[in-house]
Amino acid sequence: MTSGLDHVECRQGQYYDSVTLMQASRTVAGITGVRVALIAMATPLNLELAEGMGFVVPQAVPAQLLIAVRAEDQTGIDAGLAALTTALSARTASSGGIDSGEDLRPATIGAAFADSDAALALISVPGPYAAIEAFDAVAAGRNVMIFSDGVSVEDEIALKRAGRDAGVLVMGPDCGTAIVSGVALGFANVVRRGPVGIVAASGTGAQQISSLLETAGVGVSHLLGLGGRDLSERVGGLGAELALIALDADPDTDLIVLVSKPPDDQVTQRLRTLTDGFSTPVQFALLGFGQPDLTQAVESVLAAVSASAPSWPVIGQDQRPGQPAQLHGYFAGGTLAAEALLLIDELAPISTNLGPAAVPATEALSGSSHVIVDFGEDELTQGRAHPMIDPTLRLDQITRLGRTADGERVLLVDVVLGHGAEPNPAEALVPALRAAAQRMGERGHELSVIVSLCGTDADPQSWHCQAVALGDVGALVFASNAQAARHALALARGAIPAASAR
Amino acid sequence: MSRPLGALLSAPLSVVTAGVDLFPRALRDQGTAVEVVDWRPPAFGDPADLAALAADPRRVAANRSATERILSAGAELVDVRPAADALGLPRDLFLHAGPPIEFGDASGPLRGALIGAALFEGLATDPDEAVHMLESGRIRLEPCHHHRAVGPMAGVTTASMWVSELRDPINGGTAYCSLNEGLGKVLRYGAYSAEVIDRLRWMGDVLGPVLSAALNRSGPVDIKSILAQMLQMGDEGHNRNRAGSLMFLRDLAPAIADSGVPAVQVAEVLRFIGGNEHFFLNYGMPAAKLALDAARDFPGSSVVVAMARNGTEFGIQTSGTGDAWFTGPALTPDGLFLGGYGPDDANPDIGDSAIMETLGVGGFSMAAAPAIVRFVGGTVPDALATTRRMFAITVAENPAYAIPVLEFRGAPTGIDVLSVARTGILPQINTGMAGRVAGTGQVGAGLVKPPQVCFEKALAALAERARSSSG
Repeated sequence: MTSGLDHVECRQGQYYDSVTLMQASRTVAGITGVRVALIAMATPLNLELAEGMGFVVPQAVPAQLLIAVRAEDQTGIDAGLAALTTALSARTASSGGIDSGEDLRPATIGAAFADSDAALALISVPGPYAAIEAFDAVAAGRNVMIFSDGVSVEDEIALKRAGRDAGVLVMGPDCGTAIVSGVALGFANVVRRGPVGIVAASGTGAQQISSLLETAGVGVSHLLGLGGRDLSERVGGLGAELALIALDADPDTDLIVLVSKPPDDQVTQRLRTLTDGFSTPVQFALLGFGQPDLTQAVESVLAAVSASAPSWPVIGQDQRPGQPAQLHGYFAGGTLAAEALLLIDELAPISTNLGPAAVPATEALSGSSHVIVDFGEDELTQGRAHPMIDPTLRLDQITRLGRTADGERVLLVDVVLGHGAEPNPAEALVPALRAAAQRMGERGHELSVIVSLCGTDADPQSWHCQAVALGDVGALVFASNAQAARHALALARGAIPAASAR
Repeated sequence: MSRPLGALLSAPLSVVTAGVDLFPRALRDQGTAVEVVDWRPPAFGDPADLAALAADPRRVAANRSATERILSAGAELVDVRPAADALGLPRDLFLHAGPPIEFGDASGPLRGALIGAALFEGLATDPDEAVHMLESGRIRLEPCHHHRAVGPMAGVTTASMWVSELRDPINGGTAYCSLNEGLGKVLRYGAYSAEVIDRLRWMGDVLGPVLSAALNRSGPVDIKSILAQMLQMGDEGHNRNRAGSLMFLRDLAPAIADSGVPAVQVAEVLRFIGGNEHFFLNYGMPAAKLALDAARDFPGSSVVVAMARNGTEFGIQTSGTGDAWFTGPALTPDGLFLGGYGPDDANPDIGDSAIMETLGVGGFSMAAAPAIVRFVGGTVPDALATTRRMFAITVAENPAYAIPVLEFRGAPTGIDVLSVARTGILPQINTGMAGRVAGTGQVGAGLVKPPQVCFEKALAALAERARSSSG
C-alpha cells in the first residue's frame, strides 16, 4: 500500500515518557527523506497505531521502545535514526532556572497594588481608560491622582463616592497639580515644606498660592489637587471634603487653604459648615465677584501664620501708553485666566471662552473688544498637549496679533513654571513678543506686554532668570497674577499704573 | 478609618504610575519610589462597557464571594451508579460536552460519540439508524453542564453509563461525571467501533459495580486532597493525571480487592485503572464543577464559572450572568500528534475538561507540570511564564493547590472577564485532540485558548447588567 523503505525495530531497556517520544517522532518525521515516523513505547495501542500506518510490527512488550520509520531510501532511514539518537539524548537548551525570562511587569494598577503597598496611584492613560485604572486603586484601598482628562462626570462621581466609602482620596480627573510630603506630582512648583496645607480644585490657582507663599518664605505641608469640577453642584465637593478632613488631622498642617475656580454656592456652604468644626483654621480662596483675589488670599494666610507679606516681585520696564488700548489676555493657566477676567470686569464687554458669557476661542479671538482666552480649555487641547507644555497655539496667536492689530494693545500673558512645565518658556516667548511689537511698531501702534510669571526661584526654570529674559524685551513681569491683571487693566484704561518697576 | 487616606500624608511617598513616562521620571528625579505599570489599551471591549464594569459597586465584593466559594469547595467521591438513577436521565436524552448544539452542527468526534452512544443504548442497530434518530430529534441533546455534570472530550453521557457522584461537603453541591475509558479508540474521542461499545458494556457490567461496592466499603474518597497532592507530583490535573490516577488506585485498591467480586474481576478492574493514566481526570473534572457551581449567580461578579467546548463552539459562563453562554468558534489546539496524524486531522477544541482551567489547574498550573509544555516544544521557563501570566487574569490564589516551583504560590483562580479584556491575556488550556473524522479517536494533545469573542460577548452582557443595576 505504500512505497518506500520501512525500518522497524524494538529496543530493550530504553524508556522515555510519551511526550518525549511524540517530540522525537515529530523530529524524525521532519527529516528530509523521511515520510512518516512513529517512536513510541510498544504498548498494544501504539503497535496498533504502527500497523494502521502500514508498518509490519513484530511481537513486542510495552517495556520496549518501538521505532518505525518509513523513508524514500536507506539514506533517509539513516538520517532519521541519527536524528532520533540526537533527539533522545538532547537536553533542553534553556538554563533550566526558574526565571521565565519574560517581562511580567503588572499590566494594570490593580495588579501592581497586589504586590505593592504604595499609597498612591498616578494615572495619565488616555481618558476613556483612566477611570478603569482608577477604580482598581480605590478597590485596593489606595489614593489615586488622575491626571487624564476626558473622564465623564458620572465616572468622577462614582469614583469619588467609592473613594469616600473606602477612605481614600480621588484626586481628579484632570488633576494636574499636587505636592505630597514635599514630592511634586504633575505640574507643581518647587516650594519648601511648611505649615500650610492646600486643597485645590484648580491647578494653576494652587501653583499661584504655593509660589507666592514660597516667595514670602512660608512652606507647604501638602497640596492636594481635586480636579476642576470637584466643587461643582454635581460632584458636590466629594473630594474636597475628604482632603480637608485629612489635612485637619495632619499634624504638619497648621492652616488650610481651599482654592477653587468659581464654585457652587451650596457646596461652598456645606464645606464651610464642615470646616467650622475643625481644629485647623481654613481659608477659602474661591474665585468670584466680591471675593478676595488669590494674592489677597495668600496675604491673609501669611497674616494668620504671623508672617509678613512682602511686596511681590516685579521685574522689567514700566509701560506708559498714556491712552486707552484694547486688552488681550492669552492664558495657559485656567484659574489665572479666570482671576484676570474677574479683575478686569469693568472693561466689559470682554470676549472670552471662560465663564457664563463664554464663546468658542476662535470667536473670542476674532472680536473687536477686549479679550481673555484660556488656551488650556478642552476645545484647544484636543489632540495636543496643554499650553504649559506645548506653547505653539498661543505663540501663533501672538504673531497674529502683531500682524493684525489696528491700534494700541495691552498684551497680558501668563507663564507657569515648575515641574512638568516647559524647560525654558522664555526662549520661545521672547522672539514672538519682540516680533509682534516690531510689526505693530512698523504700523505706528504700541504693544505693552504684561507677564504674570507663576513660579519660584527654586523651580527648574528659575523665576528670576525667566523674569529677566522677559523683561529684556520690554515686558513688565509680575509674580502676582492679580497685580499683573490690575496693571494691565490700568494700561488699557489709559491711566498711569500704580505699580512701578524696580 | 483610623488615619484618613491611609499613610498618604504620613509615610514617605511611594507611587504606582500608569501612563506617560514623564511622571515616573519626574518622581525618580525627586528620589521617590515608583513602580511603573506596563500599561496598554485594553485588548477589546467598548471603553464605556469596561468603565461600567469597573464602576459596578457590586463587582469587587461579588468576585470575592464567588472566589471564596471556589476556594472553600470540597469534593468527595461518594458513589458510582448508572446515569439513569443518578441524573434521572431518560434513555432518549443524551448529554454532551460544551454549550448547547444541534446534531446538524456537531463535528466528527461528537457525531461519532453520539452514534456510539445510540448503539450502546440499543436505540439503534447501526450507525445509519443512529444518525437518523439524532437528526430527527428522537434522541434529544443537552449539555452536561445543564445537569450538574461534566464530560471530557465529546462528553457524551447516557442513561446506561455509570457515572461517579461527587459531593461538596462545604457548599452542599453535587456533580457527576462518566468513568474514564482509557486512551486510543474510545467514545469520548468519537470512536464507536465494536471494541468501544464492548468496553462501555464492561464498564457498566464490571467496573461501575466494583467501584460502587468498593466505595461502600471504603467510604468517600477525598478527591480535592488527591488533586492537591498531584500538583506537587508533576501533574497539572488536565493533560497529566499520572500521579493522581495512581493515588486514586492506591486509596481504593484495598476496598476493590475486598469488594466480594471474583478475583478475576478485581484483577481486571485494577489492571484497567492502573493502565489508564487519565483515569483520575474524570474525578478531577466533577471536583472542579462542584467548586465552580458553588460560585454561580453572584450578581455583579465577572468571574468565569464554566469554559466548555462542543467541538464546534467554545462557550463560557460567568457568575454574574446566570445560565447564559457566550460562544465563539472553537479553535484547533497546537501540539504534538500521534503516529502519522497531523494538524489537518485534528478536530477543533472539544470537551468540558476546560473546567480544570476554570478552577485554576490544568494549563493555569502548568508550572507544576513542566513536562506538559513540551507538547508544543516549549521549555520549563515557558511553563512558569504561563502560570505567572494567568495570575494577571485571576482574582485569587488557591492555597489548596500550591505550586512548588513558584515557592508554593497557590494556583491562579477565578478568571475575571474584565482582566482578560484589559490585559488581552486569554486563558491557557491544556487539552487532548480528537480526530476530525467521526470514529477516528485521539490524534494528539496540545495547548489551546478560547476564542476572544466569548469574552467580548460576556463583557458586553456584564456591562449591560451593571448599567441596569445602577440605573
